[in-house]
Parts: sequence; C-alpha cells; structure tokens
Amino acid sequence: MILSEPKSWEEIQGYLENDNSVFVLGCGGCDAATGDGGAERVTDLSKKLTEEGWKVSGTRVVEFLCNKALAGMKLARVSEQIEQSDSLLVSCCGIGVQAVSKLVDKQVHPANDTISMGDFHGTWPSEETCKRCGECLLEYTGGICPLTMCIKGLLNGACGGSYQGKCEVEPGRPCGWELIYQRLKDIGRLDLLEQYNPPKTRKKYEFGVPVEERSSLYWAIEAEEE
Amino acid sequence: MSILQQKLEAGEFAITCEAGPPKGVDVEGELHEVEEISDLIDAFNVTDLQSSAMRMSSVAMCRLLEERDLETVYQMTCRDRNRLGLQSSLLGAWVLGMRNVLALTGDYTTLGDHPQAKPVFDLDSIQLLETIQTLNSGEDLVGNELQGSPQFFAGAAANPGADPLEPQIIKSRMKAQYGAKFFQTQAVYDPEIFANFIEELRSAGVDTPVMVGILPLKSAGMARFMDSNIAGVVIPDSVIKELSDASDTVRKSLEICARVINDTADLCEGVHLMPMGWERYVPDILSQTNL
Repeated sequence: MILSEPKSWEEIQGYLENDNSVFVLGCGGCDAATGDGGAERVTDLSKKLTEEGWKVSGTRVVEFLCNKALAGMKLARVSEQIEQSDSLLVSCCGIGVQAVSKLVDKQVHPANDTISMGDFHGTWPSEETCKRCGECLLEYTGGICPLTMCIKGLLNGACGGSYQGKCEVEPGRPCGWELIYQRLKDIGRLDLLEQYNPPKTRKKYEFGVPVEERSSLYWAIEAEEE
Repeated sequence: MSILQQKLEAGEFAITCEAGPPKGVDVEGELHEVEEISDLIDAFNVTDLQSSAMRMSSVAMCRLLEERDLETVYQMTCRDRNRLGLQSSLLGAWVLGMRNVLALTGDYTTLGDHPQAKPVFDLDSIQLLETIQTLNSGEDLVGNELQGSPQFFAGAAANPGADPLEPQIIKSRMKAQYGAKFFQTQAVYDPEIFANFIEELRSAGVDTPVMVGILPLKSAGMARFMDSNIAGVVIPDSVIKELSDASDTVRKSLEICARVINDTADLCEGVHLMPMGWERYVPDILSQTNL
C-alpha cells in the first residue's frame, strides 16, 4: 500500500499552463484505497479542468498503473483520445507516473506527491521506483525520477561522471540524467532541463508519516512549542 | 577581493594549481612542493577528498597555505556533508581566510577507498552554488539572518569532453546563472574538443571565464587508463603514441602539457594545473609555453 497526497490545484494548473487538451488517468490500486487516485479523484480533476477552460480529451481508471503490461493494454483502447491530447494528468504514486511515462510519448504530469509505503511494501512488477520524497518532480524530468535513477539523487542535471549515457559508478549503469535529457528532447521540452529544482524540504517525508499524523511525535511537540 | 577574482575580472590570464592534502598528518612534503612553485601560481586549489579517498580536510590545508600568504581555492563537494555541514564549513572557511570556493558534486563514495561510506548528496553542485550566493547575501538556506556574511568568489567545474555535450552546456549555463564566476575544466588533451566546447558555451550566452584543465600524463599506460575510465577525458591516440614512443616520458609529458596550453590559451581565461604529485615539474611546463 503506497500513500500519496494530492498536489495543490495551483501546482497542477501551473503544470498545464501550455496545454489545451488533457487526458486524465487515475489508478485503481493503492491510490484508490487511500482516496488520492481512483474514480472519484479523476472525476473531480476532470470537473475542475473543464471549469477552468481545459478540454478533457478522455479519462480512465486503471487498476495498478504500476503494472505496465496491464496499463499498456488498457491505454491502447483509448490511444486515439491520448493521441489527441497535449498531455496526461496522472493521479497515482510516483511509480505509476513513471510507468505511464514509458508507455506514451506525451508529457505526463504527476497529480500527487508520494509520501509513504504505508504499513508495508507494495509490490510492482517494473523497474520504476519511488523514494516517497513527498515533493514529486516528475513534471520537470520527463516522468523519470532523478532521485532513484541518478545514484547520487541529483536534482539539477548530470554530474561530471556521466559519459556516453553511462554512470561513473558501475559499468553498464545508465545515467539517470542522460535518460531525462533524452526523454525531454523527445517530447520537445528541453526547456525543463533549465528549471532550477531547489533542495528537497523533506516536509512530507520524515519517517514516511503524513503531516497530520505526526502530532504524537517528539519533534512535532518541539516544533509546536515554538 | 581575491587575486583570482581580481585577475579574472580584469581579463588577465590566471593560473591555478591543485594541491592535495596528505593521507595523514605529515603536511611538510606537500607544503614544500607548493611553496617551491608559489611564484608562478595565482591560487592553489585544495582538493576535498579527491576521488573519494579519505584524506586530511581541505579547509585545514587551505589554512596552512593561507598562513603562508598563498591564496587558495577551497574545493567543496556535496558527497560528505548535508546542508548543515556545508553551510557551517563555508562560514568557517571564510573566517579562516578562504575567499575562493569551487562547488562540486563529488565522486561517488564507492569509487574511493571507503566504499562502505554512506553517500550524502543532500545538495547538488548547482544548489551548492545557490547556497553560497545565499550565504553571501547574509542569510542561511532557510532565511535566518547571519551575524556577518562571507563574500565568496565561487566557481564550478565543466567538462569539455562531455558526451553528449548539449546537457553539459545547459548545466554550465545554469551554474553561471546560480553564481559560478569561473569554470575550471576536466583535463584537456585535444584542443579541438576544447575549442568546440568554448564555442558552444559562448554561443549559449555564457561569458563566464574558463580555465583549461591540464593534467600531465605520467605514462602511456596512465593515458590509456584515463582515456577509458575517466568520464569526459578524451586522449587522442596520437598523444598516447607520442608517450609510448618517447625515450624520456617525463619530458614528452611536459611538452604535451605545454602544447595543449599554447593551443588553448587564446580561447580561454586561465589554466588550471592538476600535477598529481608532479608539482616540481610545473615550472618546466610553464616555461615551455608562450604565457
């Protein structure tokens, strides 16, 4: 069970600034269970988008977007609608967003911040991983996570150890930022490579516990006293 | 204002040289080597656990040089300290006399002699540059006011041999935007690659001074190793052949360094020497150049 929190509507609007037509995709797995993915959220997002002047080209809820084989089959049925969209807005954990990004050649916008594995590890059949940082950057990195795909977790481009697409650390290991660069180039968004990503605040990340559940923790008491 | 800053801002050609702190506490050897060539060098870059090998701290070595009136470039990597440690070290370094700082990501821990060490990388090189700018402005990273602020002259690394080059140019432009006032490059052996990098950098609108990286190849074997194992270091076959054919490898190596300097000096604003224990040959290299 992976827990996510919805990103603010303002943040999502910012992502969609240059898009007219958006396909809204939700996850029926963990995110449905925690109320941040599923049909209800997809309906809610679509309604808001329409109200604010976007064209919603289609919607879909797929059980476990992290399962690329399954998601690929389901998305194939709506490929025409996706083709007509400028981008996809995906309400899921970071793994699902990355999986969808591999399946479509459109920009994929994350609608949530993934904050925790919950009580136990979920399982997923693909190589995409998510560090539950709570400040999802997939919007700016072509749907490829720099925290997990770059061994140093760098947020602003490759280090000097990247060469011909490979990482300095192990032979054969791809450089995550090279993958991001290629992906952004492919979807015509190289401008995003110059977006400055500030240091993570870890405000939603500590112990993997959502903010509202932290009141009993010692550090929260200390913080409240101030 | 540091000598390095004065020179680069005045458009004068600057020369920096690396000085590596020892593994241990016997500093006299390195200090002697450095003092011998100090008349030729504007500032000494003191490495920060270069190649992730545990050594004496950069800040301590910088201080020893500053005490001898030798200017330093304090190298700082993001590998071993989080944002608390980095900011704290920067403030300490300023108080101890360091004025120039080179902001680096740092090699990964497993490449060094303590592969078991926990890698930090809380910040990356661009965030570190931004952190230096923030401290310079009188605040820490969360906006608390500082009691007295530093005025560091910050620089960054660049890799002319990066492949592909485009993201390297984009990152260099970001580094300049976030406070890099000079670039020191990875070792260069092919002037054409360097010329192409400078052309791309300048046409991307980056006019930050660049200091070309010069590292003497001690043997043909070292050249082959570096060519295949160090990211972005490209050594032409002709250079490797020159070394393997030479009867006096040292002479040939120094000659190659001087030639690269001569072939690149007009394209850039300075030279950054990385002698790797060959500090004593620095005068030989420089005397063979047109500088």
